[in-house]
Amino acid sequence: MSGNKGSYYLPAPSHWPVVGSLALLLLTGGFVMKINHVNMGGSTMIAGAIVLIYMLFGWFGTVVRESESGMYNKQVDKSFRMAMTWFIFSEVLFFTAFFGALFYARVISIPGLGSGDTMSQLWPHFVASWPTHVAGEDKIVSGPGSTQMFTPMHAWGIPAINTLILLTSGATLTWAHWGLLKNNRSQLIIGLIATVALAFSFIFLQAFEYHHAYTELGLTLGAGIYGATFFMLTGFHGFHVMLGTTMLVVILFRSMKGHFKPESHFGFEGAAWYWHFVDVVWLLLFVFVYWL
Amino acid sequence: MEHGHDHHPSGIMRWVTTTNHKDIGSLYLWFSLCMFFFAGTLALGIRLELFQPGMQFMQPQTFNQLTTLHGLIMVFGAIMPAFVGFANWQIPLMIGAPDMALPRLNNWSFWLLPVAATLLVTSFFVPGGPIAGGWTLYPPLYMQNGISGDMTIFAVHILGMSSILGSINIIVTIMNMRAPGMTYMKMPLFVWTWFITAYLLIAVMPVLAGAVTMMLTDRHFDTHFFDASGGGDPVMFQHIFWFFGHPEVYIMILPAFGIVSSIIPTFARKPLFGYTSMVYATASIAILSMVVWAHHMYTVGMPVTAQLYFMYATMLIAVPTGVKVFNWLATMWQGAMTFETPMLFSIGFVALFTLGGFTGIVLAMVPVDVQLQDSYYVVAHFHYVLVSGSLFTLFAGAYYWLPKWTGHMYDEKLGKLHFWLSMIGFNLTFFPQHFLGLAGMPRRIPDYALQFADFNRMSSIGAFIFGTTQLIFVYVVIKCIRGGAPAGDKPWEGADTLEWTVPSPAPYHTFETPPVVK
Repeated sequence: MSGNKGSYYLPAPSHWPVVGSLALLLLTGGFVMKINHVNMGGSTMIAGAIVLIYMLFGWFGTVVRESESGMYNKQVDKSFRMAMTWFIFSEVLFFTAFFGALFYARVISIPGLGSGDTMSQLWPHFVASWPTHVAGEDKIVSGPGSTQMFTPMHAWGIPAINTLILLTSGATLTWAHWGLLKNNRSQLIIGLIATVALAFSFIFLQAFEYHHAYTELGLTLGAGIYGATFFMLTGFHGFHVMLGTTMLVVILFRSMKGHFKPESHFGFEGAAWYWHFVDVVWLLLFVFVYWL
Repeated sequence: MEHGHDHHPSGIMRWVTTTNHKDIGSLYLWFSLCMFFFAGTLALGIRLELFQPGMQFMQPQTFNQLTTLHGLIMVFGAIMPAFVGFANWQIPLMIGAPDMALPRLNNWSFWLLPVAATLLVTSFFVPGGPIAGGWTLYPPLYMQNGISGDMTIFAVHILGMSSILGSINIIVTIMNMRAPGMTYMKMPLFVWTWFITAYLLIAVMPVLAGAVTMMLTDRHFDTHFFDASGGGDPVMFQHIFWFFGHPEVYIMILPAFGIVSSIIPTFARKPLFGYTSMVYATASIAILSMVVWAHHMYTVGMPVTAQLYFMYATMLIAVPTGVKVFNWLATMWQGAMTFETPMLFSIGFVALFTLGGFTGIVLAMVPVDVQLQDSYYVVAHFHYVLVSGSLFTLFAGAYYWLPKWTGHMYDEKLGKLHFWLSMIGFNLTFFPQHFLGLAGMPRRIPDYALQFADFNRMSSIGAFIFGTTQLIFVYVVIKCIRGGAPAGDKPWEGADTLEWTVPSPAPYHTFETPPVVK
C-alpha cells in the first residue's frame, strides 16, 4: 500500500485535479469572453492563469516530493514512462491535423481553386501554385479572392539557424544525460544550462522572425492558407518549445538541488523525450513549411 | 506523511478529491446518467415538434439547436463517459489490479467533464443561444454561431483532454498493472476492447482538437483554413472532422462489444466462442475505422476512385464485425440459457445492432448513399447502432454489475419491464424512420410534407414511450443501492472473471495483494 516499500504507490485523495479544472474553466471562459468583447474576460483569464500556475506548482511539487522520498517503485516508474510516451503520441497526432491541413491545401484545395469551372467562373486570374500566385504577374497573393500581398519566409536564413540550434540542443541534452548516468553532476548541470540557453535563443529568433514577417513581409495569420498554416504550425511548435523549455528549467533547478539518481530519473527523461519530440516536429516544419 | 488513503474525506469532498477507481467510476456513471436525461429531453423536444406537420412549438433555429446539442451531449456527455465509468470500475477488478495506474490523473479525467458540460449547458443562456449547425460543426454554417460557437469549441477541447488523459490511464493500467499470470490473451474481452478503444481515442481526439482550433482561428483570428477566397476549403474541415468522427463511432461501440462478450457467455453458461478471433476482429475494426472516413461525405465532391476506395474499405468492416456477431451466436448455441435482464439487453443488442450494421452497408454504397445522404434513413441507421447498440449494452452492463457494485440484486421484474418497454419504444421510434428516409424526408428540418405524417406520429409516440421508460431504470438503480436481496460474491453462476472473486459490494480497496491467475 501507499506506505509499504515495494508495492504500487496509491496516492491519497488530492485536491489538485479539481483546482486544475477550475483553472481551465476560468481560462477558457475568460478567453471566450475576451474574444467576444464581454467585460471582465481578460481578468477572468488572468485569474485562471494564476490558479493554473498554483495547481502546477502544487501537483508537480507533490509528485517531486513523493519521488525524492523514494515512494515510487519500479512499477510506478514504468507507469510514468508509458504515460509520457502515449502523451507524446497524442501530441504527434495534434500536429498531424495541422500538417494534414497544409498538405490538403497544397495538393487538393489550391489545385482545385486554380482549375476547371471554379477558376474560370470565379477567379480567372488565380494560378494554382504554392505560395499562391496571380497570373501574368510575379505577385504572391493571400488567396484567389484576396488582393493582400506577402513575401513567403525564406528557409535559409533564421529558420536554418534555428534548425542548427535545436539539433545542437538535442546533443547537449544527451550529453547532460550521460553526465547524470555517470553521476558527473557538473556535466549534467552544464549540459542543461547549455540546452536551456539554446532553447531561449531559439525562442528569441522565432519571435524576431515573426516580427519581421508581420512588419516587413506582409506575412500574417490573415495571409491566406499560406499564412494560416505557416503561423499555426510554427506557432504551436513555438508554444511546445516554450513548454519544453519550462520543463528543462525545472529539471535544471532540480538537478542543482541534487535531485535525480543515475538509476532513477524519470523526470529528466520525460522532459528530454519531450524536447526530442519538439526537435523532430521542427525538422518536419523546416522541410515542409519553410523549404519545399 | 499522507499515508492514509484509507481515511478519505467525507461528504462532497470525498467525491471531489477521490483517487479511488470505484468512486471515480461511479462519478462517471452518475454524470453520464444526468447528461443522458438532459440530452434525452432535448430529443423529446425534437419529436414534439415533429409530431405533426407544420410549425407547432418552436422556431426553426430552436429546433436546430435541439438537434445539435442532443447529438453533442449524447455522444460526448452520455455514451462516452458511461463507458469510461465501466472501464474505471471493471478494468482493475478484471485484471486483478489494486487501482488504476495513475489515480490522481484519473480524478482529473473525470473532473474535466463538468467544466465542459458547464460550457455546453450554459450556452443555452448566452445571447443567440446554443450552436445550431449540427453536432458535426461544419463550416461555413458554424461561423454564424454567436458566442456559443466559441464555448462549444472549448468544451470540445476539454472533453478531448479528458478522453486523452483517461485513455492514457487505461492503457497504462492494462499494460503495467495486470496480476501475475494474467497474460494479454487471458484478459477478459471487455479489457481487450477498452485497450483498443483507448488507442483509438489517443489517436483521434487530438485531431478533433486541431480541427476546432482551426475553426476558432477562422472565427476570430483572420485565418482562412475553411475559406476558399483565402485558398482554404470548407470540405477540408469535413475530412479532418471525420478522420476523428469515424473512429469515434467505434470508440462508442467497441467497449459495448466487450460488455456483451462478458454477459453472453455468463448466461449461456459456455465460454466465449472464438476468443482469439474476437480480439483480432476488434483490432481489425479499429484499424479499418481509421481509413474509411470519407464515406460520411460522398456527396461533397471527390474523385470516383476515392469514392470506390472508401466504399470497399467501409464494406470490409462488415467482415470482422460479422465474425463478432457469429461468435456471439455460436456462444449461445446449445448453451444452458437463462434470460435475466442483462442477457435480454445483450440479445436485443445483437439483433438490433446487426440491423443497424446492415443499414450501414446499404449507406456505404456510393450510388445509394447519394440518394440517402442527410435523410432520415441515416438517422435511423446511427440510432440503431448507438441506441440499441451502445446504450442497450450500457444498460446490460449496469444490470450485470449492479449486484457487484451495490451488494444487492436489482428488481428483476422491473428490469425486464424496462427492457421490453425500451425495445418497443425504441423500434417504434426508429424503425419508421427508415421508411421516411427512403421516401425522401431530410434530417434536421423542423417541418415536413403531409405524406410523412403517419410515420412521424408513430416515431414521436415511440420516443415518448422510450424516454419515460428510462425513469424505470433510475428507479431500479436507486432501489438496488438502497436494498434488495444480498447478491453474494458471485450472483451469476456462469460468470468466471476476477471481479466475482471479491465480496459484494466490492470493498473500497480490492486486490491489494495481487491474485495469481493460472
